[in-house]
Amino acid sequence: MEQIIHKDFYLGRLEDPGQEWLAQELTINMGPQHPSTHGVLRLEIDTDGEIVQKVVPHLGYLHRNFEKHAENENYQQVVPYTDRLDYLAAMSMDYGWVLTVEKLMGLQISERVLKLRILFAELQRIASHMVAVCTFSNDAGSFTPFMWYFRDREMILDLFEMTCGGRLLYNFMWVGGLSHDIPEGFLEKTERFLDYLDTRWPEYDRLMTDNHIFIERTANVGILPAAVALEYGCTGPMLRGSGVSWDLRRDEPYGGYENFEFDVPVGSGAVGTVGDAWDRYWVRYEEMKQASRIIRQIIKDGIPEGDVRADVPRLVRPPKGEVYMRTEAPRGELSFYIVSDGSPTPYRVRCRSGSFCNLSVIPELARGAMIADLVLILGSIDIVLGEVDR
Amino acid sequence: MTTLITPWPLVDMVIWAVIIIVFFALAALILTWAERKIAGFMQDRLGPLAAGRYHGILQPVADALKLLQKEDVVPLRANPRLHLAAPALVTAGAISAMAVIPWWGIGPAGEQIGVVPADLNIGIFYFLAISSLGVIGILMAGWGSANKWSLLGAMRGAAQIVSYEIPVGIAALAALVYAQSLSTVDIVNSQAGNMFQWTLFKGFPFNFFGGAIFALGAIAEGNRLPFDMPESESELVAGFHTEYSGIRFAMFFLAEYGNLFVAGLIITVVYLGGWYAPFPFLDFIPGVVWTALKMTLVGVTIIAIRWALPRLRVDQLMALCWKYMIPLALVCLFGASLLALIDGPARTITGVVLFVVLIGAVALLGREDRRPAPAKEY
Repeated sequence: MEQIIHKDFYLGRLEDPGQEWLAQELTINMGPQHPSTHGVLRLEIDTDGEIVQKVVPHLGYLHRNFEKHAENENYQQVVPYTDRLDYLAAMSMDYGWVLTVEKLMGLQISERVLKLRILFAELQRIASHMVAVCTFSNDAGSFTPFMWYFRDREMILDLFEMTCGGRLLYNFMWVGGLSHDIPEGFLEKTERFLDYLDTRWPEYDRLMTDNHIFIERTANVGILPAAVALEYGCTGPMLRGSGVSWDLRRDEPYGGYENFEFDVPVGSGAVGTVGDAWDRYWVRYEEMKQASRIIRQIIKDGIPEGDVRADVPRLVRPPKGEVYMRTEAPRGELSFYIVSDGSPTPYRVRCRSGSFCNLSVIPELARGAMIADLVLILGSIDIVLGEVDR
Repeated sequence: MTTLITPWPLVDMVIWAVIIIVFFALAALILTWAERKIAGFMQDRLGPLAAGRYHGILQPVADALKLLQKEDVVPLRANPRLHLAAPALVTAGAISAMAVIPWWGIGPAGEQIGVVPADLNIGIFYFLAISSLGVIGILMAGWGSANKWSLLGAMRGAAQIVSYEIPVGIAALAALVYAQSLSTVDIVNSQAGNMFQWTLFKGFPFNFFGGAIFALGAIAEGNRLPFDMPESESELVAGFHTEYSGIRFAMFFLAEYGNLFVAGLIITVVYLGGWYAPFPFLDFIPGVVWTALKMTLVGVTIIAIRWALPRLRVDQLMALCWKYMIPLALVCLFGASLLALIDGPARTITGVVLFVVLIGAVALLGREDRRPAPAKEY
């Protein structure tokens, strides 16, 4: 690590790295205990003063052997483990798993279950993006939106709690159905919440979206061109922020999404360059509004009556074969690959998570940025370490 | 005139020092409570509620007691002397600034007079000088902690505080043009009468903007959001005081809130007319109440700004200082000095016209040659 290199060499002013005035770059460990790494991520950064030269993310502090665990449980028992993948969007994780298993088994699911699943997945998307956006604001140094978003997220958690009893990890979606039916008054309460949320957007606009300092901080920071995003396999708001209009819910509909109308917000470089941190923030912000639109459609169309546990098989025993299925989780594409040997436990499970691939692009984004920008770039990638390390 | 309590100057000094330190600590404690309550109010929550029965009024005392009991950790590779001395220096800088803050009193003939621990004839200069003592403390803390985050925070802090002293000094000069004195008591006395005699409205609009610059600079020198570069909690862990715990952390904390208190007081003294009431018919209210009210107004504004705004990046902070605030401060000084020569009703009109012309000229001369950023290779 004793690499002595002229300071100006990095700025492109010198050809020869060993000339005259000598400076040494500073290697700093950011994390695993750092307020802005969103969990236990360690970034090894080489800095020249405040300028970041190199970033190496070190993962694995939260590795929990998800895939091996899944191979030793039966299909229904894996759901609590998928809960713990992206613990801020546990519904969406369960949703991906049960859809994959149902595809493998070729189960026909009643329309009530399908609609309720979408309703809960979209509520979860709002809650998850709220955390993403508010921690992003916290990274930028303003703490008030953080508390406000948590105040509003609490209402979604209350909705979840009155349905299945869980506030963070739900075990709500089962292969073939749901663990609980919605209680009385749930839909009215949901609608009231959405109405309330609509009155809040102007406040968040003032505090974040249109805030001058916030724009100064996030515009033109961490620009991710579309080509680079595609090369690294970025998905979700990361990819859409770079101007690529790709949303599995629209382009490869699953679970009944084809019945609903919604827009796919795409980063346009409204305040800076396409693919900067502000664009990624804005995509998430707009997706919350679109999710609320989908929920309103579900409530308006009406949910058919029925028993949500009617289709749940006594023992999930899929036929021999393999299946791959991907879904649009809040933090990018979540896909499961399952190999079944006909027994009640999967033979092999492989999980591909959005956060992991999105995080892999950080060495590119952070090169040449300042330390303050690095924090914002990490915040705009919006990782959940449970999903990265699995 | 330095006010004497006893006939012996040395005894006097000790008494004043004790009064100042007690007052400073009390004010800092109350301000920490106020900050948490205001933050709670802005964030739709309650803030401290349990300690002391009434709205957590004893929370700062509980916090202070907790910090006093905690282990005082010195990192193994730290420089123990620097590590030890830094918090003392930072706190001393903040407390010493109180020496020239004038308080209200009644003179022998029943008139309002300034009671001041030390009426230096270079009062405001002393204030500006002593308030930068904290930088040395911050640098010592950053270097002595043997922590890279602390070091980064300290370097940021040094750059920031040294830079922001320049516009603050120039803006203060513009205010002094009207006071014709550096002594803080004379500055307040020059603002007697109604609120339009306050420096803020003298030489309008130059000193008005000068006051804004002074206030911004005070926020920056007090290391508060949106200018809290040396600490920047989400970036540098805790900046220069990352490695501090227990009593020494408490001293940094004390200095931070004491700085807020002192900033509120000095803005009151220089720009808001000190102990004078906004209108003469309100003179029956004691001057100390007015000082406290004005100081509270400034303090609450600074606290509210902290909880409403994101943090600037360090280069944006420097750009704000060197590209905008220093030119504006120079314009204020120039314009205020010119206006001091004009008397009567023509002054305000001339001031506004002159301000627009000067700002236009500076903006035109100083416009940036905006080049696109070089494309990045991936």
